[in-house]
Amino acid sequence: MSAEGHDHAIDHEHEHHHKDTFITKYIFSIDHKMIAKQYLITGIIMGIIGVGMSMLFRMQLAWPEESFKIFNILLGDKFAPNGVMTNDIYLALVTIHGTIMVFFVLTAALSGTFSNLLIPLQIGARDMASGFMNMISYWLFFLSSIIMVSSLFVEAGPASAGWTIYPPLSALPQAIPGSGLGMTLWLVSMAIFIASSLMGSLNYVVTVINLRTKGMTMTRLPLTIWAFFVTAIIGIVSFPVLLSAALLLIFDRSFGTSFFLSDIYIAGEVLHYQGGSPVLFEHLFWFLGHPEVYIVLLPALGITSEVIATNSRKPIFGYRAMIMSILAIAFLSTIVWGHHMFISGMNPFLGSVFTFTTLLIAIPSAVKAFNYITTLWKGNLQLNPAMLFSIGLVSTFITGGLTGIILGDSTLDINVHDTYFVVAHFHLVMGISALYGMFAGIYHWFPRMFGRMLNKNLGYVHFWVTAICAYGVFFPMHFIGLAGLPRRYYTNTNFPLFDDLQNVNVLITTFALIGGAFQLVFLYNFFSSIFYGKKAVQNPWKSNTLEWTAPVEHIHGNWPGEIPHVYRWPYDYSNPAHDVDFVPQNVPMKEGEEVLHH
Amino acid sequence: MTSLLVIIVLVLLAVALWQLTKIFDLTQVGSNSDSSEIATDNDNNVQGYLMFGFLAFIYIFSIYGLFKWGPLVLHTPASAHGGEVDNLMNITWVLIFIVQAITQVLLHYFAFKYRGKKDQKALYFADNNKLEAIWSVIPAVVLAGLILYGLFAWTNIMFVDEDEDTIVIELYAQQFNWKARYSGNDNVLGKANVRFIEGANAVGVDLADPYSQDDIVVTELHIPKGKKILFKMRSQDVLHSAYMPHFRAQMNCVPGMVTQFAFEPIYTTAEYRELPFMVEKVANINALRSKKSIELVAKGETALDPYTFDYLLLCNKICGASHYNMQMKIIVDTPEDYKAWLKDKATIVSEVKAAMAEPAAADGASGTDSTKAKDTAAVAVTAMK
Repeated sequence: MSAEGHDHAIDHEHEHHHKDTFITKYIFSIDHKMIAKQYLITGIIMGIIGVGMSMLFRMQLAWPEESFKIFNILLGDKFAPNGVMTNDIYLALVTIHGTIMVFFVLTAALSGTFSNLLIPLQIGARDMASGFMNMISYWLFFLSSIIMVSSLFVEAGPASAGWTIYPPLSALPQAIPGSGLGMTLWLVSMAIFIASSLMGSLNYVVTVINLRTKGMTMTRLPLTIWAFFVTAIIGIVSFPVLLSAALLLIFDRSFGTSFFLSDIYIAGEVLHYQGGSPVLFEHLFWFLGHPEVYIVLLPALGITSEVIATNSRKPIFGYRAMIMSILAIAFLSTIVWGHHMFISGMNPFLGSVFTFTTLLIAIPSAVKAFNYITTLWKGNLQLNPAMLFSIGLVSTFITGGLTGIILGDSTLDINVHDTYFVVAHFHLVMGISALYGMFAGIYHWFPRMFGRMLNKNLGYVHFWVTAICAYGVFFPMHFIGLAGLPRRYYTNTNFPLFDDLQNVNVLITTFALIGGAFQLVFLYNFFSSIFYGKKAVQNPWKSNTLEWTAPVEHIHGNWPGEIPHVYRWPYDYSNPAHDVDFVPQNVPMKEGEEVLHH
Repeated sequence: MTSLLVIIVLVLLAVALWQLTKIFDLTQVGSNSDSSEIATDNDNNVQGYLMFGFLAFIYIFSIYGLFKWGPLVLHTPASAHGGEVDNLMNITWVLIFIVQAITQVLLHYFAFKYRGKKDQKALYFADNNKLEAIWSVIPAVVLAGLILYGLFAWTNIMFVDEDEDTIVIELYAQQFNWKARYSGNDNVLGKANVRFIEGANAVGVDLADPYSQDDIVVTELHIPKGKKILFKMRSQDVLHSAYMPHFRAQMNCVPGMVTQFAFEPIYTTAEYRELPFMVEKVANINALRSKKSIELVAKGETALDPYTFDYLLLCNKICGASHYNMQMKIIVDTPEDYKAWLKDKATIVSEVKAAMAEPAAADGASGTDSTKAKDTAAVAVTAMK
């Protein structure tokens, strides 16, 4: 396949040969554009489930142990008798919410959609290096989604040891009912998920390295591609470690080994486990778990870079500094995992080391934030919905990132660890920010994906309500965390000490419900525009990157005829040497035109 | 039920909004060109002003939050090292607020100020090494300061010298309660392992160990003011976390290993209750509780008890279904009261003896159990050493 990328004659033959049936076109497709759409739609469905769960447990937290008919309808008589949510299902809901949002929506759907769509189109390739592996990657993701969702219907309930599944809680069905079949399905689903993710990542890396079109040097790549490329590398480095942790946990659970378990007395008997350590699991988990934050965040930042530059009609400020900071973040992200474990019982000296490396990561993050702001300066901002979400991302990235200085500092972490302060921090910095990045990407590339436009007014409504509700939910949450309220409590009514926080919880839930409900505006816009949206022009946002030089209609091989050659970097917006305010990458340099950037 | 109604209203509101935008679209039929979904000058104008408005929202919401919810957060630390933690926290907060205030203004103000106009051209400004150097170096310097202060404090808190004069107390976690084991006169905890658990010996103390003879196991934690307490933590089943927010103290309890955390309480419970902020907080909580009590009584349920403050040890690591109610009261006494309280507590050895004496041979099965326990105990002791 890789040779095909540059051979015109074979391409043509290829096109004529392919008579697509419904199955090869829409189901077992090897076309990266179709696979991207499959990822996106699967991700949206998983997102509906994940966000929907958060609405349910937010209601429980605001009005603890009150009866809601909707609980009974959705959770059934076992888990919500008379409409009162049980503590078992509460823990299951927060666990599966976390798992689905982190892995299935913000990892698979975000990277899967935009890496697949944009890597070949923006580097000028006919398709991914291995279309077949790409297809397998999607179908494994689909399978793992099915298994994860089906675990919701297991009799004892789905996994409920938290999305971090720390053993022994996750290893012993005696400890919590969700650690029976529910946990087994969780582990199987994640193992398949990781295989899918690795196949995708390998494909992205190989494609970016090998299939760039003529003239597309690494320093002419759009920042989206840089972000996807580095994200894929982080994934390849860290996901296998989670797989090994999952496998060892399966051994402990099913075959009686003692990797993570030792000296346990539960349900009236001593178990045989001897010599293992739950702290080992924490190390393995967070060796993925922390890079995972950047696996989620970097693609969102890459999308934002592209959208902000295009809609500011300005070059992204500090292109090389942006690349350097992506690389620095990637490197540092693999050596900071211990900041999740300051009080896990590991040697406090390690805590010192991880404080140091963790706070270092603030430097490249600050560079990125300042560069975005400078890109806006003296721009000619086209405030499309995608642009609003990108600006929103920078805002939540700063707000959420700053509190990371507190959590990354071992001394301060002692008292806020595992409180709602952490919940507020990571939801803003990786949850909301990455979701904004995803929304920005969808609004920006929807015409490229479906050949139609999303309704902008619905987009505006969607953004503003979401933006206000996101702050409305997570800003007050910092305070209840600083008041010492632990996370993952089914209700706080057993602690009169926390009675004065209840009003805040009601406010948070109100914002959450409004924000959640308004995602329906997006869903309506998305699904109706696929069929009834206004027809898109080829390059609606007047963008420089190569994907907009391909025809609106999707064809195999992306470009009819020859692949465009690249002559310049992707950010020649408002270049003084040109009359129009954008110069696509495939426009040759004018006679005597100077390169105006480093 | 009312909440369901609220949700329905919200959904209807959403429906109404989308219908409105549809009508808005229809009124623009004349200009139904292909690029009508791209921001026009008018859109840029409206959205630019909204960005400015959003900046106001962030500011007002932050300031409102500081006044409204600021008083809810943990106040005066009740431990000697807590002051240092809070000091570092406050310095960090000042920095965060400064950076937050500046960057959010720039971001949203630029979004407003440079909103697009048809004939406007953006400035081609691709890079500037000086600027980039400035905003790499400034955070680096500031963070270096924070890191140094943080590491200094961390080392002070976490490392306890061998020869330091401390009282050693074990915190013992299990689903879903806490116990405490006092090391007695020798100030050394006897050996323990879950394989010793049997009957009244609920925390698995090795009763044959000479150091165990004076150990005392209780379910309410008393500690003396003004003396450093070295907590040794164990768990018998899953991960727990001993969280004592008022003392700025937390450490996980890990099955199979002993973790530790030390601090010195500086206010007795009685003193802490009298601190002005706490008097105010408790009054506020009780006002809320009596309001709720009226509702409860109206529904025919019992009213809530009035609240008095006590230090708490909470579980802060998800540990199972009743995680949300795994707590133990901590009472900080004056050193004299502490001694008096501890004096008449029975040792674990005598408690076990008493329990054995009572139901002597109530059932024969217990005999075989104990031999089994001894077998595994031998393994456990070698494993522990």
